[in-house]
Amino acid sequence: MAAADKPTIEVKGLSKSFGNNLALGGIDLKVATGKTLAVFGPNGAGKTTLIKILASIMKPTAGEVYMNGLSLKDDAEAIRSRIGIVSHQTFLYGNLTAYENLHFYSRMYDVPDYKQRIKQVASMVGMQSRLYDRIGTLSRGMQQRFAIARALLHKPDIVLLDEPETGLDQRAIAMLWDLLEEDGNAKRSVIFTSHSLERGLNACDDLIILNKGKIACCRSGDALDIAGLQKLYMDSTKSIDETAG
Amino acid sequence: MLSMLLISFYRRIKKYFLIIFGTLLMLAHLYMVFIFVPTDAETGIIQRIFYIHVPLAWIAFFAFFITLIGSIMFLWKRDFKWDRLASASAEIGFLFITLMLISGCIWAKPVWGVWWVWTARLTMSLVLWFIYAAYFIIRAYISEPGQRARFAAVVGIIGFLNIPLVFAAVELWTTQHPGMIIFEGGLTTEMKLTLIVGLVAYTVLYALLLKDRFVLKNFKNELNQMKNLVTGG
Amino acid sequence: MKLLDKTLVIAWKDILSEFRTREIISSVLVFAGLVLVIFNFAFSGSRQEMLALAPGILWVTFAFAGVLSLNRSFIQEREENCLEGLMVCPISREAIYLGKMLSSLFFMVIIEAAVLLVFGLLFNVNVITLPMVMLTLLATIGFAAIGTLFSALAVNTRAREMVLPILFFPIVSPVIIAAVNASELMLNGAVWSEMASWIGIIAAFDVIFLTASYLIFGFIVEE
Repeated sequence: MAAADKPTIEVKGLSKSFGNNLALGGIDLKVATGKTLAVFGPNGAGKTTLIKILASIMKPTAGEVYMNGLSLKDDAEAIRSRIGIVSHQTFLYGNLTAYENLHFYSRMYDVPDYKQRIKQVASMVGMQSRLYDRIGTLSRGMQQRFAIARALLHKPDIVLLDEPETGLDQRAIAMLWDLLEEDGNAKRSVIFTSHSLERGLNACDDLIILNKGKIACCRSGDALDIAGLQKLYMDSTKSIDETAG
Repeated sequence: MLSMLLISFYRRIKKYFLIIFGTLLMLAHLYMVFIFVPTDAETGIIQRIFYIHVPLAWIAFFAFFITLIGSIMFLWKRDFKWDRLASASAEIGFLFITLMLISGCIWAKPVWGVWWVWTARLTMSLVLWFIYAAYFIIRAYISEPGQRARFAAVVGIIGFLNIPLVFAAVELWTTQHPGMIIFEGGLTTEMKLTLIVGLVAYTVLYALLLKDRFVLKNFKNELNQMKNLVTGG
Repeated sequence: MKLLDKTLVIAWKDILSEFRTREIISSVLVFAGLVLVIFNFAFSGSRQEMLALAPGILWVTFAFAGVLSLNRSFIQEREENCLEGLMVCPISREAIYLGKMLSSLFFMVIIEAAVLLVFGLLFNVNVITLPMVMLTLLATIGFAAIGTLFSALAVNTRAREMVLPILFFPIVSPVIIAAVNASELMLNGAVWSEMASWIGIIAAFDVIFLTASYLIFGFIVEE
């Protein structure tokens, strides 16, 4: 394996089309170890498609994805054991308790010493008191917290988040970002999509703006303030109707 | 000058060759069915339907085989032209199998006094009819083209794998329940000849129809692509 | 074996979830009971006549109940998009298929056991014999094998309750034909050798469609 400056996530020429509809057209990006990338863009820009392909839920039409040096095409299963994903759906089973859900995923991810780890992640998200309640009886915000716990169970090197604030209240959102920063893994690389420019800017090291399946622009997170980002966002994501005036 | 005329003439002939050949063959076949072949001693004039019924059945199953090929190739290569081939062939096959079943009924009534008999071939064709119908229903219920093609391909493959099993089951069923009507006397040379000409004629018909449908679907697809480009996708 | 281990975990998760609410089992059991009773109303005759009809009625009931319980199989995965949650785990798509198939098989067998009991009572025939049980199991494996594949397909379409039966019934027709004929022979006290060809057809069906569904499942769930 190469030295530490080899990027954890590397995407080359990634494309995805659904029939005649080109959702992603040639995406290139790199995320270094321990860095966080924010992906902004309007609805339909391809953000969710990008996350799904990185999570290996979808296969790309063209292009290559490498994570930790492994190719997604050849070693998908090995890669999946190192990825945690938080989506706007929780991936939790309503009939089972939080504990049973986390136990299930522990078995799926071969988490060692899972009893301990489950209690640990539950307290990380501040939900240890509700661990033995059925997921279906919890509020949306609480469910999403357990979803985050689920994502972090196996101490993933790579975390993907697809608009994770959906359904969360302000406190939970704040907790989410604190959690990602502090869960003791400096080597963790994160890619997230968000509609909230401000939060996203604060949380990221680098950012890209997607529009119509292509990268409209990319910047380092330090290079902009929120006003600058807003202007950049508006400029990059003009639709055809708007430019026609 | 003359050679250029000849060349363009030749090209035109080539384009229409299959149609001309097919038409001639079909006419020849019809002649054979209605005039050439002698009337069957046992069952009478209605037996002549046999020479249309069998080619229809053959083409229906062959068309489904082409759908199978298209389905497998689509799942492998993800090129939509295979999906277009599969669905075009399925459309024609569905038509042929419907005609085959109807002709089977028309044949059965005067000969055996009932509209339907549970022979192996007819039953198998009936099941295939339902599988075809399922294929189209699936296609109708899914709007996203990639998913539609994938799911239809799955139905095409599973459906085809099913055919030999249905046949085996129904064969066994009909042999174990005597009193079920069985057909098949021997075939004279005239009968064999008529049948073979029929098979070829109908195969040419199928090929022409398939080409037509396939080309039409390709055009539709190009049109959609252009529409997408113009409206900014 | 790793594959088997995680497959069983998935199957167990399904079973656990179902036993929390017992939704599938209770509704399908009631449905199956209703079907049997309605058949009783539809056909009434001498004991001899009923005995002749019994295999057909039994297997139609199994088929209808089977479709209902299969329908539920992937609906649960749809809520909160749990299927994607499974696809993100380090397991193969085939393992997901096997896990779902095993849990569907489990539910169908339980329902069929109950149906056999009720059937025996209503129709006054003894159907709880070893050959009958083995036959039912063998046929149900075929149902579950192809049913799981089609259920995953159907759940992605607009009219999912209709799509599954439309796909399922034509494909399992060989199994139904074979099972009805074999049951008929069984109820008349025939020996194994007479039923061998029917059993053979069902076994062939199981092998072919288990393999085919196992290989094709990935294409359904992955875009």
